[in-house]
Amino acid sequence: MRDVAIVGTAQSVHARRIDDRNEVEMLMPVLQELKDGLGVTQADLDFTCSGSTDYLAGQGFSFVGTLDGVGPYPPISESHVEADGAWALYEAWVKIQTGAADTALVYSYGKSSPGDLPRVLSRQLDPYYYGPLWPDSISMAALQARALLDSGKATERDLAEIAVRSRASAKDNPFATISGDFDVDEILAEDHVVSPLRKHDCPPVSDGAVAIVLAADDRARELTDTPAWIRGLDHRIDVHAIGLRDLTDSPSTRLAAGAAGVNDGAIDVAELHAPFTAQEVILREAIGLGDDIDVNPSGGALAANTMMAAGLVRIVEVANRISAGTAGRGVAHATAGHCLQQNLVCVLGAEP
Amino acid sequence: MSDVEVSPFPEGLWSQPAVDPSAIAELEGVEPVKSIRTPARLDYTYTAGISQSRFLRGMAEGKLLGERCRKCGKVYVPSRGACPVDGIPTEEIVELPSVGTVTSFCVVNVEFTGRGIDIPYASALVVPDGADLAVFGLIQEIPHDQVRMGMRVEAKWKDEADWETSFENIEYWRPNGEPDADYESYKEHI
Repeated sequence: MRDVAIVGTAQSVHARRIDDRNEVEMLMPVLQELKDGLGVTQADLDFTCSGSTDYLAGQGFSFVGTLDGVGPYPPISESHVEADGAWALYEAWVKIQTGAADTALVYSYGKSSPGDLPRVLSRQLDPYYYGPLWPDSISMAALQARALLDSGKATERDLAEIAVRSRASAKDNPFATISGDFDVDEILAEDHVVSPLRKHDCPPVSDGAVAIVLAADDRARELTDTPAWIRGLDHRIDVHAIGLRDLTDSPSTRLAAGAAGVNDGAIDVAELHAPFTAQEVILREAIGLGDDIDVNPSGGALAANTMMAAGLVRIVEVANRISAGTAGRGVAHATAGHCLQQNLVCVLGAEP
Repeated sequence: MSDVEVSPFPEGLWSQPAVDPSAIAELEGVEPVKSIRTPARLDYTYTAGISQSRFLRGMAEGKLLGERCRKCGKVYVPSRGACPVDGIPTEEIVELPSVGTVTSFCVVNVEFTGRGIDIPYASALVVPDGADLAVFGLIQEIPHDQVRMGMRVEAKWKDEADWETSFENIEYWRPNGEPDADYESYKEHI
């Protein structure tokens, strides 16, 4: 296996609504900041892979429009995933492993504000049985949270504490949509949005973008003194039909974490893509994280949840801490689909 | 109660619900469902963005506004915000004449709902003078079988009272009487 590292990262502010810029205008400053910071141009990047979906802004071939912001001429080697950017990173990592590229640009973005996101996300479901019922994403997450509460693995207070901790952590994150000090008792006194979820159990809707550069071996060391090396990377899926799953568990996360080697060494920091509070409980258990581990110091997806970007942002948050020297080894997780259906786990370290 | 063979996957990787085969037997002779209709509709608020907003504001004033890339010098109309060659914002605004050259066209023989135009008619790509990108438009005031590459055309704008922030302010393009342009002058834009 080739040693591959994240050598540079950039992200936009994840705002509740960016209505003055279209998608490429939202993405371009992020790409520019990333390339300028590394002193590279598009010609220095062997492969480009992006993650996005047309459904968010209702823009057909959205990713083709945003490719303009890359500077794709002369023609570049390029690919796209209809998924979170964490899966675009996976494709780029595989490309580098094959030897077909030494460097790669990976980016993703989401502009959810033009549509009704919980309804839009219902289109991920099968078109015959679930789709025609238009179950929105919050109701689906509520089913999962209810199953978790009924199992006795967590209480509503535990969930509220996760929200309060996440949003307090986000006070140090200049890119977050929501941050601040909240009181557990006060938010528990609020009404349910969809029982048993209250507003604080749900993620904000965010518009934003994120980008990274990957590089292999000596090329990584040329580009930065502080690469964040990918030590393990794996992704798995659970069955699509919600009724066939134990929603209080995430077998696919457990498998991915095992394959990525999460517990082969000590973990200093974990960034989990848990848009809903109950999902953090499930993911912690599936990955096998102890209570002493610093989870989501950025505030996680409860503080900023740009669709198609929030998973890659988790990887960026861990990579940045490793590059800054505040963590030696960390784990990042990304999810996609309803109720944690698809999961990717990435282990990063200061040494290859 | 199940006589379905359980998958050999390890515990926790797979679950298979018990199936009651008697329920299937009861469906014998029942008319099968051959199709279902599941209408889907999503509504969006379109974000034009910085460059396209400038273009649409220009339209409302009867102006065709392009934007030039400071690096390669190409002029896009309308610009979507980025130079697709250099990946940087197009920021220099260039007012273009609503006169141009047909680079390509097709004769439409199929009725589209809501068009309200008699078929057959000609749709064309027109490069406005001074631009590096063609715009899409209808060619009228000339029989469709006389439309040709290199033909010089001008925009027929709607009445000023009807101008909006819309590209539809240009109703169609029509011959402006100039001789056809040399192929060499527009071959880069095909």
